[in-house]
Formats: sequence, C-alpha cells, structure tokens
Amino acid sequence: MNAPDHGAGGLPALTEDQRYIGERVPRNGARRLLEGRATYVDDIELPRMVHVVFWRCPVAHARIVEIDSRLASMMPGVVAVVDGHEIARICKPWVATLGHLAGMKSAPQYPLALERACWQGEAVAAVVAESRAAAEDALPYLKVRFEELAGVVDMAAAVTPGATLIHPQLGDNICFERSIDTGAVDAAFAAADVVAEASFEFARHTGVTLEPRCQIADWNPADRRLTVYHSHQAPHMMQDLYARQFDLDETAVRVVCKDVGGSFGIKVHAYPEDFATVALSILLKRPVKFVADRLESFASDIHAREHRLWGRIAANRDGEILAFEIDDLTGIGPYSMFPRTSAIEGNQVLNLVGGPYAHRHYRARLQVVFQNKPPTCQYRGVGHPIACAATEGLVDLLAGKLGMDPLELRRRNVMRDDAYPASGASGIRLEGLSHQKCLERLATLMDYEGLRAEQETLRKQGIHRGIGLAVLIELTNPSAAFYGVGGARISAQDGATLRLEPSGHVTVMVGVGEQGQGTEGIFAQIAADAVGVAIEHIRVVTGDTEATPYGGGTWASRGAGIGGEAVLQAGLALREAIVALAAVILKKDPTALVLERGAIFERATREVLMPLAELGRIAYFRPDTLPAGTTAELMVTRHYAQRDYPFVFTNGIQASYVEVDPETGFVKLLGHWAVEDCGRVLNPMLVDEQIRGAIVQGIGAALFEECLYDEAGLLQNGSMADYLVPMASEMPDIAVAHVQTPTATSRLGAKGAGEAGTAGAPAAVMNAINDALKPFGAQIHHQPATPERILRALGRIA
Amino acid sequence: MSTNPTQSIRVIINGRAGRYAVEPRTHLVDFLREAIGLKGAHLGCEHGVCGACTLRLDGQIVRGCLVLAQQADGHSVETVEGLSESGAIADLQQAFLARNAMQCGFCSSGMLLTAAELLEKRPEASRDEVRLWISGNYCRCTGYHAIVDAICDVLEARRVAAAGSPS
Repeated sequence: MNAPDHGAGGLPALTEDQRYIGERVPRNGARRLLEGRATYVDDIELPRMVHVVFWRCPVAHARIVEIDSRLASMMPGVVAVVDGHEIARICKPWVATLGHLAGMKSAPQYPLALERACWQGEAVAAVVAESRAAAEDALPYLKVRFEELAGVVDMAAAVTPGATLIHPQLGDNICFERSIDTGAVDAAFAAADVVAEASFEFARHTGVTLEPRCQIADWNPADRRLTVYHSHQAPHMMQDLYARQFDLDETAVRVVCKDVGGSFGIKVHAYPEDFATVALSILLKRPVKFVADRLESFASDIHAREHRLWGRIAANRDGEILAFEIDDLTGIGPYSMFPRTSAIEGNQVLNLVGGPYAHRHYRARLQVVFQNKPPTCQYRGVGHPIACAATEGLVDLLAGKLGMDPLELRRRNVMRDDAYPASGASGIRLEGLSHQKCLERLATLMDYEGLRAEQETLRKQGIHRGIGLAVLIELTNPSAAFYGVGGARISAQDGATLRLEPSGHVTVMVGVGEQGQGTEGIFAQIAADAVGVAIEHIRVVTGDTEATPYGGGTWASRGAGIGGEAVLQAGLALREAIVALAAVILKKDPTALVLERGAIFERATREVLMPLAELGRIAYFRPDTLPAGTTAELMVTRHYAQRDYPFVFTNGIQASYVEVDPETGFVKLLGHWAVEDCGRVLNPMLVDEQIRGAIVQGIGAALFEECLYDEAGLLQNGSMADYLVPMASEMPDIAVAHVQTPTATSRLGAKGAGEAGTAGAPAAVMNAINDALKPFGAQIHHQPATPERILRALGRIA
Repeated sequence: MSTNPTQSIRVIINGRAGRYAVEPRTHLVDFLREAIGLKGAHLGCEHGVCGACTLRLDGQIVRGCLVLAQQADGHSVETVEGLSESGAIADLQQAFLARNAMQCGFCSSGMLLTAAELLEKRPEASRDEVRLWISGNYCRCTGYHAIVDAICDVLEARRVAAAGSPS
C-alpha cells in the first residue's frame, strides 16, 4: 500500500506555540464511542415516554378514503391513533421553495398525508403505544381504505404531454428549470476539430446512515416548552422550524443533538415525521419517541441523484477544450423537501460541470420534475458526483478521440494555479485552486507511468485493467448565498463561546455539532492552541440550542472552515482577556506576558509567573483582591460568517485502478488515490479518513447502490440484504495526499473536506472501468455499473 | 403494558448471573438494551446484515438481532461494556483511537467485538483476511481503511508480544 503522505505544506503557524493544529491528534472525547458509552437518541429513555410507528402508504399514489382506528385503538398498550387532520390542526403545512431559484414551485405538504399520499412510504397515520413492540402489534389492525391513483414514476414521463399531474394546481410536473448560456456555444462546437458526446444515467440512491433517523419530542404543557432530542445536523434550523410550524416562540423550543450515528446530509432535513412526532407529544402531553426501522429508512429517508444527463464537449486538435454543453433531467419525488428544497442538487450540477477547466463556452439546461417516489434532497456531495462524472467522462471520451493520454489532456486544460481569483464558465467564482500541483502530485503518488505500463503488459495477457482519473472542485464554506438569500432561515454564520473555568481548563461551546467527522476534536485542537492550554484541558460542548451560540450546524463542508474560525477567533480573544487580567494581577504590562501551556510566563525570561488555575481562583473566588473597576471577563463569544465569496471552492484529483472480468462483468478495485487541497489541514488523520469514507460512499454509488423501483413506483430492495453498500473486503486501500492552499477568507485558512471524496470517486471508478473496456470498444455511463450493465455494454447479454 | 406471557431465563451478563422474565419473542439485543439498560450494542438493520448489534454468546460473536433472549438461557453474554471494563479489548480500543478507526461510532461496538474474535482465532491474519473477516460489519463513515490499519496494528503488537514472551 502507499504510505500516506501529508506534504505539510510548510504553512506558517497560527499561534505562537502551535502544538495541535495540523497534527495527527486523536479525537478529543471519542473514547465513549469505543466503550459503548455514547448516547444516541434510541438510548434515551424518559419518564412516561411512548413510541410512535406510522402507517405508510403501500402504493405510489393513493387517495385516502377512510381510516378506521377502532380495532387498533383496542390493542394492548395503545395510547392513541392519530390521523393527519388532527395533526394539521396544530402544525402548519409548508411549501419548500427558495426565492433565488426563480420560478421554483412545490405543493403544500403536511406531517401526515391528508386526502392523498404521493409516494410508497409516505406516512398517513400514527399509532402510539407504550412500547415500540406494542405499537407495531397494533399497526396491522389499523384499517386504511385507499383508492390507488395513476402515478408518474419515470422522469421523462413526468413532462410528456398528457402526463398525470401530481399536483394539478401547479399546472405541470415541473418543480424548477434553469439554463446557462455563455453565448457562441454553437459556433464553438461547429468550429471544433473534435466533439465527443454521451448520455449518462445516475440511479437514485440514499445515505444509509447506520443509525436510522430518530427523535424524541417532549412537550411540557406546564412550561409550554418543547424539547426535542434529535439525530440531526442542524439543531438551530430545527428549533426555528418547530417554532414556526407550531406557532411557538423559538425560545420555547430546545433541540438537543447528542451522538449522531451517521448523517451525510440525510439528517439535515425536516421530515414530515419530525413534525408528526412533535405534534403527538403536544397532543398527548408526554414524550414520544420515533425511531425508523430499516425498511422505513429506505422508503422515507431522502433519496438523491436520480439524473439523466446528455452532454458533449468540444476541443481543437491540440486538445484545448473549447466548450461543454449539457442537458440534465432529474426527478425529485412529489414534493420539494423542507426547508433546503430539492432543486439545489440539479442547480449545482449546472454550476459545476466543466468546473476544473479553462474553457469559456458553456450551455446547460436543467429540468427538475415531480414524480411519485420518495423526495430527494441534499446528500453528501450534492450535485458534485453527477457533474464530475459527466465532465470527466466527457474528457476521457475526448482523450480517446484525440488519441491523447487522459492525464496529459487534463494537464493542458485545468485552470492554471496562477490564474486566481477566477470565474468558471458557469459563472462560479474561484478564490484559489491548485489543479496543476495536485495533478503532478497524483501522478507521482500513484506512479501513473508505471501503472500504464503494467496495464499494457497485462492487457496482452488478457487481463483487463483500467485507470480512471477525476479532477474535481468542491463547494465549501458557503456564505448566505446558499439558503439565506432565498429566504430559508438557515444560519450561514456560526458562533463559539470559550469560558475559562476556575481550574484553568477551558469549556468550548460551538453551534456546529459532531456526527463523527471529528468536529469536536478539531475544535479542541484549535481552542487549545488559540488560548494556550493543553488539549486535555479542553471540553467541547455542541448540539444543544440552549447551550451553544446560534449556528448553522453541519452541511456543505462548513464545520471546520466556519465553526473552526469562530473557535479560533474566540480563543484568541479569550487569551487576550486572560493576559489582560494577569497583567492587572501581576502589575505588569500585558505585552511583557505570554500565555502558553496553561500558564502566564514573563516574555523576556520565560519564567512562570502564574498558572491559569491561580488566575482562575483569583478571578472567580477572590475578586475582592482585584483593583477597583477591574472585572474578570473570562468568557468570550465570537461569530464568523464567510462573506467574501458565495462559496470557497476546494479542488482535488482522484485516480482509480480496477480490473474488469469481461466474462462476469465483475469489477475489482485494486487501488484508489486522492490528492486533495482543502486549504489548511487541521488534522491530517481526520481529514484522510473523511476523504476515504467519502470516497467509499462514492464507490458505492458507482458500483452498488440503487433504490430500485418498478414501473408502479414500488421499492424492490428495501433491506440491507438487497440494497448493497460497500463492505470492507470489496474496498481498496486508499492513499491520500494533500496540497494546502489556505483560503484568505479566514485567519484559519481551512476549507471543507467532507464531501470531495464522494464528488470524485464515481467519476474515477467509471472512467477506470471504461478504460479497462477500451479493447472491447465498449462503454458504460450508467451508475451503478453493475456486472449486468457491464455485460450488457460488452454485448454479452441482451 | 404488554399482556404477552413471559418466560424465566438465567443469563450471565458480563460476568454477573441473573434471572429475568422475557417475552419469548424478545431479541437478545432488545433485552439487553431495554431490560438491562446496556446500550452499547446498536440496532442498525434488525435483520442480521449490518453487524451493529454484534454480541458475544459463550465467547462466540452473534448478531443480537437474530438471537432470542430465550436462547441465551443458561449461557453467558458479553457486551462491549463488559469487555471495556475487563480490559480484554483495551489494546484494540486504543488502536482504534490512535488510528481514528471510528467516526460516528454506531458500528464501533460491533466492529470491536468482531475484530476481537479475529485477534483470538486468526492471530496470523493478513491485511486482506482482516478485510474479509470484518465484512459482516458495515461502517458507513470511515471507508474501512483506518479500521483495517488499527486491527493490523494490534495483530502485529500481539504477535510481537507473543514472540517475546518466555515459553
């Protein structure tokens, strides 16, 4: 295996005595995860807590005729059977659109379907009982009479004339349309020496968090206060939504996110069941727990990435890319998802196609359509894997037509490292990228020339290996341009509060939470270095709207870059406050003092003047000894919002090496390499594993993962035995290396790293498969590239 | 609450014997989580695929969602909590921490128990064999690489320790 190589990049230190930032520090506070002592939502038990299960629509489209709850209500342990009308009396419906996506439309959605259910798996009625088992026992006795309606399943069928309208009041099945045209695109294609085109299919898949979606809603009627324990990425967003949909003051709502068992974007949305569970707690005046089972997860978690995309690329005979053109159709289910909407993914595809390259001509069309399948929304990488697979697939086709090495073609076309700031043809603004450095780094890391020679040799022996490359850009550290400007109340800023405890230890409270990325770990690293204390003396608190500063949470690879900057700024401010107080106590000039390693030093002599525990003792317990007018302010809050660019883009390149068996269509992954530039690397160990985990999710999409629906819109593979996710034995070792181009939008200089792996991996794997298939003249642009589809591409089966 | 009949079972849980009344249909992992309050084993799929509920029954790993509590009658059950307290997997836990072989942690309890069995039964396992052995435990976060690294570290450390110990 290739040894990981971190190319520290020689970035200047951020603090005088930097000991943790940039180092491979084990995650602060992670031991509980290894001793079975974490607290996931399902681990929480509250007094008088009851459990809800939902009756879900068994067909893709149905009119609800009658709900007869008499028998179910008589079952042992049943507390209540509730339908959508009862819940709609206390919870308002929502329409998920964004103001800056011109013309976008959707229909009102309720916590439980009222007259009509629009996908198989939509919750229609709730059975609440004293145990989960009792609720499940009663569920078959709930008699729901429904009349099946004609539905729209296929995306293309949704926009054919005469198609059934899912929401007749909208006039058609189109949620959103957009186009980009730089002008002169037809002329560029007409003048090109070489044009390549292809149609790409991307199967709908989902996140499969190992911990299903879950929450406990606890309404206290005496306080008129709601507490929700939620496995979620954005607690303040949910606080705001619960307050607005139930007409509560936001201060009456507390959302607590303890340990979250995987999220990947699946847990950043507001699901109908979230509101239903809260409504039930308000109606019943007791805590209500909802934990989805795995079938419910497959049928009601958001899905993503059902796209059909045609694209073409134009170049001159020297291999200079002149233009891209794409046409993207995506199906999002019957409703746009609340509150981030389901148009973002397609919108991103348009923004990102061709993103790494310096061409000036681009035309793109997007159609986002409704269909009777589960809603789709933002899942790790949002649009990037589609855009990257299409772009890089077209670049490889072009290389084939030109007879040029794919790496060389990319070398000639990526934006130059000295070209920034720059704008991409789609209009995206790029602060500073390093495609050229990353590309050369990758060539060395993987021994590109050596692998090409090996491929050639083996090909003569009938062994078909392929090398696939994927250059990528990734949107991170978003400004309010993502949601806020469109009217969604999702915080683009985040805050951090640091408090010096009397012991000299520091408590850090941050709006961005932990779902396993190591967020709390890097916040501890930053805080320890910023204040000047040992990391063992840092305690990080996240995931509680009542305890942390207001913030957006975790999405769009913003946790480290935005939350981390807030921690850094608060830490530096706390250090300044501590030194100022020490100067008063010690009767010295603050500039003569240094705070390092938990103590105040004399700058000139390096003599320890006062440990922080002594300063804390005086500040908190003997303020009488301080001079008049001196107040110890040892708790500091700072906020940060990235306002210089709509998004801070990162870049990277991946390579996949595969072997395809032309007899069986099986693909064996032999190796995967990634060179990533996420700006300042805060903890190489955590970043590497973020990238590897994201790559494996991307590989899942490329080879295995697909929510299979039949023509009637019925799910065919709603179990983990039938929906395949990557297993350890199928995955390769993954070598990761870094180039560091810090963003100048923050002092920390960190960009996001959580999604780039997923953005690039499918493209790299698909290109590798196609490279392996080249001697057969076969191509496959349909993900996942299952053995069956590969054999079909080879013409071995019909 | 439930009116279903129960049966009495005797089980040793993490070294401590007890008598419990369980419904015959109760799965072992539900019994441990709900009746005993041991929350370390997790429910990922409840149909025997993901491995998050992995437990030890008489020293052998089992899927806690595919075994009934009643089947543990007269047997010994160990969970990640018990193995943590006894120190039996301390080196493995330390290696997971050092390698960042966990992210959200939901799979970790099961992954650790599966890895612990590999360490006992296949002390000479290669990297590929480690990958194969843990393939019944899904991790959706890490990409597996660090988990494999951590297990290989402990295999190597135990091999070195075994070679160095007096015969």
